[in-house]
This record gives sequence, C-alpha cells and structure tokens, in this order.
Amino acid sequence: MAWLRRNLVVIVGLLVMAYILMPNLVVTMFSFNKPNGRYNYEWTQFSLDAWLNPCASAGLCESLGLSLWVAVVSALVSTVMGTMAAFALGRYRFRGRAATNLLVFFPMATPEVVMGSSLLTLFIAMGIPSGQVTILIAHILFTVSFVVTTVKARVASLDPALEQAAADLYATPSQAFWKVTFPLVAPGIAAGALLAFALSFDDYIVTNFNAGATTVTFPMFVWGAAQRGTPVQINVVGTVMFFGALAIVGFGQLIGARLRIGSRRKEAL
Amino acid sequence: MAALTQAAVGAEAPVSRPRRRGGLVPLVLLAPALLWLVVFFVVPTISLASQSLQTGDIDNGFMLTWNFAVYAEAMARYWPQFLRSMVYAASATLGTLLLGYPLAWFIAHRSGRWKNVLLVLVVAPFFTNFLIRTLAWQIILTDNGPVTGFFRATGLTTVLQAMGLTDNDSLLGSQFAVICGLVYNFLPFMVLPLYTILERLDVRLLDAAGDLYANGWQTFWRVIWPLSLPGVVSGTLLTFIPAAGDYINSRLLGNTQTVMIGQVIDAQFLRVLDYPIAAALSFILMAAIIVLVAGYVRAAGTEELV
Amino acid sequence: MATTRATPGDLKLVQLTRHFEDFVAVAGIDLVVPGGSFFALLGPSGCGKTTTLRMVAGLEEPTSGQILLGADDITGTRAYQRKVNTVFQSYALFPHLSVLDNVGFGLRQRKVGDWQRRAMEALELVKLADRAKQRPRQLSGGMQQRVALARAIVNEPDVLLLDEPLGALDLKLRREMQIELKRIQQEVGITFIHVTHDQEEAMTMADTVAVMRAGRLEQVGAPADLYDHPATTFVANFLGQSNLLPLEGFSDPGGEFVTAHAHGIGLVVERAQLPAGMVVRAQVAAVDSAVHLGIRPEKLRILGPNDPPSANRLGGLVTDASFNGVATTYLVSMPWGQELTVTRPNDGSPRAQRGDEVTLGWDPNQAFVLAEAD
Repeated sequence: MAWLRRNLVVIVGLLVMAYILMPNLVVTMFSFNKPNGRYNYEWTQFSLDAWLNPCASAGLCESLGLSLWVAVVSALVSTVMGTMAAFALGRYRFRGRAATNLLVFFPMATPEVVMGSSLLTLFIAMGIPSGQVTILIAHILFTVSFVVTTVKARVASLDPALEQAAADLYATPSQAFWKVTFPLVAPGIAAGALLAFALSFDDYIVTNFNAGATTVTFPMFVWGAAQRGTPVQINVVGTVMFFGALAIVGFGQLIGARLRIGSRRKEAL
Repeated sequence: MAALTQAAVGAEAPVSRPRRRGGLVPLVLLAPALLWLVVFFVVPTISLASQSLQTGDIDNGFMLTWNFAVYAEAMARYWPQFLRSMVYAASATLGTLLLGYPLAWFIAHRSGRWKNVLLVLVVAPFFTNFLIRTLAWQIILTDNGPVTGFFRATGLTTVLQAMGLTDNDSLLGSQFAVICGLVYNFLPFMVLPLYTILERLDVRLLDAAGDLYANGWQTFWRVIWPLSLPGVVSGTLLTFIPAAGDYINSRLLGNTQTVMIGQVIDAQFLRVLDYPIAAALSFILMAAIIVLVAGYVRAAGTEELV
Repeated sequence: MATTRATPGDLKLVQLTRHFEDFVAVAGIDLVVPGGSFFALLGPSGCGKTTTLRMVAGLEEPTSGQILLGADDITGTRAYQRKVNTVFQSYALFPHLSVLDNVGFGLRQRKVGDWQRRAMEALELVKLADRAKQRPRQLSGGMQQRVALARAIVNEPDVLLLDEPLGALDLKLRREMQIELKRIQQEVGITFIHVTHDQEEAMTMADTVAVMRAGRLEQVGAPADLYDHPATTFVANFLGQSNLLPLEGFSDPGGEFVTAHAHGIGLVVERAQLPAGMVVRAQVAAVDSAVHLGIRPEKLRILGPNDPPSANRLGGLVTDASFNGVATTYLVSMPWGQELTVTRPNDGSPRAQRGDEVTLGWDPNQAFVLAEAD
C-alpha cells in the first residue's frame, strides 16, 4: 500500500503519457491497414499498400506540397519580422512598449474562428480573392506573435556584460552584434522558426476561412477526407510526421550529448 | 526545447531589463511586425465590428446601419452553444489540469534520466496534424473497439450516461468523446508551463514541510500548489482560450447536440453567409474570453502575462 | 609577451563626474594613476568605484570631466576605440567560443597577424594552456577568471581594469590569485586598476590605494600611509580597525611631543602624527568635538609588571577575550564606558582573562590624530 502511495505520481504520469501517445500509435497502426470501405476505422488486414503508394489518393500529395511551401515561406517571413520585433521589445525602452507587447500577445489569445473570419472580412472588403496569397498572409499573422515571444525570452536572458566585453575588446557595435549577440540568440530564433513552421503546417481553421474554393492545404484535405472517405495514406503521412519529428529532436539531443562526452573525454586526458 | 517551453509559458521574467532608449532603432526594428499586426489584425477586428452592425444580405450587399440589436439577436438564438462552449472549454481545462499536473510533476522530479525523452514525447504528437490525431480518436472510441468494450464491461458506460456525458452506451458521438478529444489536444499546453514551474521547485521545501508536521496532501496543498500557480495560470489560459473557439473536436467526435459556438460562426460565415450575425457572434466570443481571462488573472494574482 | 616595453603613460582623471536621474554616482574626482603601477580603487558598495572604472573603460559616458591617457584625451572615444581592457566581475566569457577563441577575440578584432600564438602565450602566462579547446562552462570559477585575465592582457593595453575579479572565489583561491595578479602585473608592466571593497586585498596588491566614498575620493596614497595616517574617520575605520578616543583639547609643553586630553587624562602624541596644519597652543585649548585620537588594536599593549614604562597609560577592565589562533582579541572597557579593542599576538606571553583589570600602553608615534568636520 505504501508502495502505491509513493509511486502514485509515477503511475498516473505514465498513464497520462499513454493517453497522449495512444492516438499516434493508432495512426501508425492503421497506416498498415487495408480497409474494406471508404473509411479507415476497422482493422481488416495488414498491408503495405498505402506505404508503397503514398500519393495514390487524389490531391493528397499536392496538398502536402502546398502546405509545406506555405509553412516554409510563412515561417521565414514571420521569423525575420518577429526576430526584429523581439529585439526591439527585449532590449529597448520606448514609449508604447507595453502597448506593443499587448498587441503582440492578442493574436495568441484570439480564437482561430475569430481571427479567420475577421481576415476574411478584410479580404472581401479589399477585394482580394481567397487563395495562396491570403493563406500566406493569414499564416504569417498568427505565427509572428509566437516567434516574437520565443525570441524575446531568449534576448532578455542574455547577459549584457557579454556585449560590453565585446566592445571592450575592440568590437564595433555591429561586430559585437554579429559575433556575440546573434550566435547566442540563434537557438531561440531556430526554436521560433520551428514553432512557426509547425503552427502553419498544422493549421486548419484560419486556413479554411481564407483558402477559397480551389486551394487545398493538407489539413483541409484531411478534413474533406473525414467527410468523404479517409484514405490510408493520411495515416502514412501522420506516421512519417510523428517519427520524423522524434528523429529530428532525438538526433539533435544525440549530437549535443556526443559533444559533451567528447569534450569530457578530452578534459580527462 | 526550452525555448518552445518558454513560448508556451510566455516570456519569462528577464534577467536584464531593457536599458537603452535607442531613439529610432527600436521603431525601425518593430515596424514590419507592427505594420503586419495592425493591417491584418487590428483593422480586420475593427472591420469585423463594423460588419456586425450592418444589415443586408449577400446578394444585395451590406450597409452600415449601426444595428446594435444584432447582438441581442445573436445571443438569443445561440446562447446554448455559447454556454456549451464555455462549459466544454472549462471542463477540458479542468481535465488537462487534473491529468497534466501529475504528469508534469512526474517528469520534473521522478523521471531521472528519461526527463528529456519524456518531454520530447509530450511535444512530438504536436507536430503531427491534429486532424489526423483527432480522427484517431474516432477509431479508439469506436463502438466495436476494445475501449468501448472495456467501458461496457465495467459498467462505466452506465455511469457516464447517468452523469449526462453520453446519451447511450456508445462512447463516440457524445459529450464525453468531445471533452476527451479537447483534453487530449491541449494537454501539452498545460504540461509544459507546469513542468517549467515545477522543475524549478526546490524539493527541500517538501522536506521542510514534512519536518513541520505536514502530511502528503497538506504539503501539496499548502506548499507545492501555491508555488506552482503561475504555471497553472499560464496553462489554463493557453488551454481555455483556444478550446472555447474550437469546433473540430465537437464536429468529429460529437453529435448534433454538442454543437459549439465555433461551428456556428463557421457555418454562418461560410454557408449561411449571414455576415452580421457571424461577426456579432465572433465579437461576443472574444468579449466573453477577455472578460473571463481578465477576471481569472485578477483572481489568481499574477502580474505579468507577456 | 613582450616584457621590455616602454612604461605606459599616466592615467589622469580630471573632475570626472557621473550623474544619474536621481542621484550622483561620481562627484567630480581628480586622480592621477602612475603608469605601470598597481592601483586599487577601494570603497564600500555604491561608492562609485565601479562607475568610475566603467567610465575609464568607455562603457559609460561621463556627465562631465576628462579622462587623459598619457597625452591623449580619450573622454570622447568609444570603448572599442580605447587601448583599455577590462576583466569583468562576472568574467563575461563568450559561452559560444572556446577558451582560445575567447582569449584571441580582441586580437582578431584588431586584425593581429599571429593571434593564435599570442593567445596561447597569454594562456601559458595564466597556466591554462591545456584548456585552450574547451568551452568556458567546462571550467571552474577560478579558471574562468584566469581566462578573463588572459583575454584582457593579451591585447597589451595601456591600462588594465579589474572589476572586483576575485569576489566569487573562495578564500584560499582568492589569496593565491592576489599573489598571481601582482606577479603578472610586475612581469608585464601594464597599469592595473583594481576595483574592490576588500581592504585587505587592496593593501596586499596595490602600490597606491584610493579610498572612495559616496562618489568622492577620501584619501589616496600608499597602503602603509593610508593605514598609519588615515585622513578621515571613514578611512580609519574602513582600513582595518581603529580605536577612536574623542579629544577635549590639546596643550603644548614644547619639544617633540604634544599632549592630547581625553576624559581628563593627558596622552602623549608625537607632533608628526598631528594632521597637517593643526596648530596647538601652549595652554589647554578646547577643540571641536570631531577631533579624535586613533590607535589600532595591534598597537595597544597590555602592560605587565616587567614591561618598560609607557608614556601613555589607560586603565580598564577586560570584558571579552577571543582566541583567534594567531592572536587574541580583547575588549577592554574604559571608565567612561568606551570599549577599546586590543589585539595581542599569541607569542607565549600570558593572556589576560575576562574580568582582569589591565593597563594599556602604546608608543606615542603609533597613534594618529583625526580632525574633520564630519
């Protein structure tokens, strides 16, 4: 009984982890399914069909390509804009700084329905037809706040003495920025870019409002599939995304660990 | 990893407060993002407000008539969905708190060398398209599946029915399923801020509490919980706000009785094309969220959110 | 590292002032730091010493005043234009660069040709050549501090500024580093300006010490001068300990000595110990309440029956005796209530106990007189 009390947190924790991971496992499992009907809900038999023909479903790969393109471009733009803004907000005092911080915060707090619909209203009023451009604009909008927040946290945690040391060591302000400040903020910028990419790639609601009839991103494709019939290829994509993300992060951690071990070995010698 | 967590929590208290005035430089740096936000966020919001006060229809065009009555009309017609959205969002938030807190504690203090692995596993599903993951819930909760079978066998289905969370002995197509989906979708947003706060908690405080005659529950309630409040506030906000506007979960996992306000807005905008009502509903949703958030933050006593 | 170099020019501060919005950090100080010397800027927290240092480094702009290095007025120049380098209190080592790259940073900025060789030489000087490829976070605090020193020295600046660099080190390491820094300074011949709040550290390392307080200089001089002839009560109490006896007046019997009157007792003071400009009358002349006779605890002797007679004698009661290993510190209560601190080395002579009645004596040339309008 005492064992149970002590380890209750561990047990609950593991159960919750299972809750979080179960859907992904189901997705992976059912990527190997060969459904009878249009929907992929019941397990019939093991098959590699979907894996061998990933683009067999009409429009899936096109929508993937579009989503990737939109995600890359919007991540790039919002990272540049957001990083600049983060530096402004994190290192300088100026009138209206508090108001700007609030303004940056609001898109993160606005329900996607509201953001999507208000953008649609704007585009209608301005006469801009819905399509790739409007999607891009919308994606940049809702990712830029996240980039600013991520980078700002990193900028604010920089030791100001480091830039002073650089100046003390004959670096002009611009040299000090590129040789000291930027390398140290870079991980934050990378994290912000990654976050922007993920948010853009995953978005459905805002995109749906602003895509128009003919442009189909991957989430929109999935939604449509949920109504019409879910091809197994969707699960293939989902599985690749999940294990791909795991692999990238795991790889990054591995490299970091190896560097630490390598230098520790040198230290011991 | 840490940066992502910080994004979830919002900016932490900075080590160095901004010192320079800098003149024109900050404004130049700020300009693109600020411009973007003003043009594509502030202006549309105002445009939405004006849209709500217009009358007309899609064929004949809309005219600004300052028709404030539309707000009353919107509320009268759709208050059940509003209420439902708030209730679902609150339930989901409570659910993520109840499930996420132990998990955050477990990762922070009891996971040893698996800490980073677990953090990655908490976040990695986030990179898979959430529609796909929610569809997976349809498979998990399907009538002929093992989960539903287990629930039926243990009589939990009757319990859920009695509580009003399901309408029959199925799990799919019910309030229960919707809330399950919502909790699942937003768990990482609760776990990460909680983890950040709990990780910094000095475990020696627990020893001190024990030394001062507190048992496990008292230690939690009077030492751990108060110290973790900033994380709880962050997590609840990051969960409640998007949950209130979500409708994917209710569409995929619910039934006609679980319609949330987001669905209504979507339908009004894209199918019924009754823009004034749709705009009015959007604003009421925003206002409700702002009021609730402001009141909540006041009550919880945290000063800095951004 | 060239050790045969011309002695750098003097650093001169002329009416250097720094105002902030709500207070004055540095209130117009005039100072000359001789080239090639080890100079300490000593004072309590908030006295303006760090601000002064940062102004010399170019990291802060003076509100008014001038900074002259040799013949050049560098007041208007920026930090990266000055031949001045700083060892920061937090070391400020660049975490994303190796130790070698850190040390070579300034050299590369100035486009010095064989920067790697010079950087390695600097690391050898601080005995860290084997850590060249490591990152700062892999080094201990003491090692990081030495890297910071190497990074500054390698640029052969005219002035090297050290901002409380030993604060974060434990006692033993601090003592070692004090000796190391002194040795390096003498070997390299650069002007060192060392900012610290630790008076022992300042006196150990520096050729000249300037005591600062509330933005002003209290006294400047060699450590021994400051210690034996403090100009103000503040200096007397900041450097070591002092027993200060308030004086009622002086009289002048003529000759080498004058008599100072405290609580009705006549005390013999060497005329040379009087502050410059003090005039003493033949008859007892009352003085300001701000005149004190100062005697350091280690200068007081507890007179025993076999000791030679002392010109100055004060009787009192031992209220505390603390054994400190090297010495014993006594608190001796005077008839008028004041407790004097007496420190005697444990050289085998009998130690007094609590409750003992003792007589204290000292040499007339070991006391100093302080006269200030406080």
